[in-house]
Amino acid sequence: MSVAEANPIPAAAPRVELKSLDTLWFQVGGTVCNLACTHCFVSCSPTNHTHEFLALAEVRRYLDEATRLGVREYYFTGGEPFLNPEMEAILEATLALGPATVLTNGLLLDPARCARLKKLADATDYSLDLRVSMDGYDAESNDPVRGAGTFERILAGVRNLHEAGLNPVITVTEVCREATTDSGKERFFALLRTMGIERPRLKVLPVFQIGAEAERGGAYESWQRLREGDAPAGDWDHLQCSACRMVTDQGVWVCPILVNEPTAKMGETLADTLGAFPLEHPACWTCHVYGVSCRT
Amino acid sequence: MSEKLIAPLTVHRGLATWGEKLVPLAAFRQAAAETGLRLTQREREAALRAYRKATADSTPVEGPYSRIAVFGGVYSNHLALAEVLEEAARRGAEAIYCLGDLGAFGPSPEKVRPLLSHGGVLAIQGNYEESLASGREDCNCGYTDPRDNHFAEISYRYTAQSCSPGFKAWMGTLPRRRRVRVGNRELLLVHGSPRRVNEFLFHSTSPAPFLEVLLDQNRCDGILCTHTGLHWQRRLPSGRDVVNVGVIGRPANDGNTHVWFAMLEAREKDGLGVELLPLRYDHSGLAAEMRREGLPEEFVETVLTGWWTTCLEILPARERAASRF
Repeated sequence: MSVAEANPIPAAAPRVELKSLDTLWFQVGGTVCNLACTHCFVSCSPTNHTHEFLALAEVRRYLDEATRLGVREYYFTGGEPFLNPEMEAILEATLALGPATVLTNGLLLDPARCARLKKLADATDYSLDLRVSMDGYDAESNDPVRGAGTFERILAGVRNLHEAGLNPVITVTEVCREATTDSGKERFFALLRTMGIERPRLKVLPVFQIGAEAERGGAYESWQRLREGDAPAGDWDHLQCSACRMVTDQGVWVCPILVNEPTAKMGETLADTLGAFPLEHPACWTCHVYGVSCRT
Repeated sequence: MSEKLIAPLTVHRGLATWGEKLVPLAAFRQAAAETGLRLTQREREAALRAYRKATADSTPVEGPYSRIAVFGGVYSNHLALAEVLEEAARRGAEAIYCLGDLGAFGPSPEKVRPLLSHGGVLAIQGNYEESLASGREDCNCGYTDPRDNHFAEISYRYTAQSCSPGFKAWMGTLPRRRRVRVGNRELLLVHGSPRRVNEFLFHSTSPAPFLEVLLDQNRCDGILCTHTGLHWQRRLPSGRDVVNVGVIGRPANDGNTHVWFAMLEAREKDGLGVELLPLRYDHSGLAAEMRREGLPEEFVETVLTGWWTTCLEILPARERAASRF
């Protein structure tokens, strides 16, 4: 008997069941962005049309189905969601049905838009959250990742939100190494407090070594794959794909991370995607090992 | 602009990013179009119906009653507990239910025990009882903020040390859910949610369509829960009700020192009458006891001011905006 036969490597990846569809994501900005961050795991840029904007009519169709499935919360991302000319109408339609969170780079948050967002937040029973991405607590650390001059423009957006009465969640990736430590987090809190934000909110996310990030920080190694037995008793409920799906202009994907993998598309409608999904992508390894949830 | 910046801004023209590869847009679109399930309309309808189907639940149904009192989160506040038992009796409650979390936060957890048994309170386990009875190292509140965890640890350690083994063992015998009939409505009583003992059902993050499906999946006419510390109620389009009864252990983060409980009664007109009621108690007395027990001044401040000073991380945007800290 060969060594390989005695120690067979399981060929099939473990499968995660959808336990409940709690979180529905919309790739509302497609992969189109006014930035081209060097760590973007979906490689968004002004010219990346892998996924296009979602139209309000398409979003409504999925919201109808989501209502029947009892979806609990809605998340909007891209690309940059506010490049989509229908974004505010989409938010208004969504906030009639449940809480919503928008992941934005903060560059298009002028005072007038922030005032309109505040109005939307006040007109609903449900929570509206804005998540603004930053990758450093000063221009020196942030701008090499997000682009020259972006730090000041992000801060302006955050200030406009604050002045409109909205308290954003600042989202930082571990590209900023210090964000993983308590003292590093405190630097972000201190920055926000100097802007008058008394209750600063911060979310730190690990990087996914795919897309542009594969080039910047390095791609996954072959051992970074999930196998049966990696989770006790085959319980994968800690993975967000056990409770989420992602809608793009081309159908429904398993999660917000894998939209640039056609193989991670699960169907055309939500009803098509209520089955299990094989955890065969190396990015699934990151979710498991780091306990990632893209939710706030 | 430098060359370096121009390159990534134009590199995707006419191309799609397939993982790390650049491929013609049409190649990506075609691959996506050919992947995934495409059920028929009839199969889709069947899948949606199956998703909402109720799972079997052998929990016995108690009652029927015409009027009950329900409270949650005692948090060792024996002064408020004594008060709510009197108030429930005064209002003619035929049964009194407690939705769990007997300990934490307040002083001398053992003082709660005789009040519960003399009052004939019917209780379920919260995450606190589950943790104490099973000897867990933490309260399983689900905090991630280090400051929240610091204070959660203090109150858990204090409660775990001040509870007798007998009290802890009794906690472990409590059911995890109850079904109670009020008039013609069958209500499901849980701590966090019907799905998880430590799931937070806040008003701003528990939309009506979500609750309707939860009620279908659990085959009941209403859900009563606690765990968030904040009371609210929602009458759903189907006419069913979800009520977070709040907690009697600490105020509702609104600058008032009183706490909250619920009265539910059978009504001919609309089936179920729901009243969320403020409850005054000797909060200065509680604060003094907490200080004598050496509990954190942050907790005492909450009792005296009505504003939460810890465990704020769990609040959704809307509830946090109404918060002082």
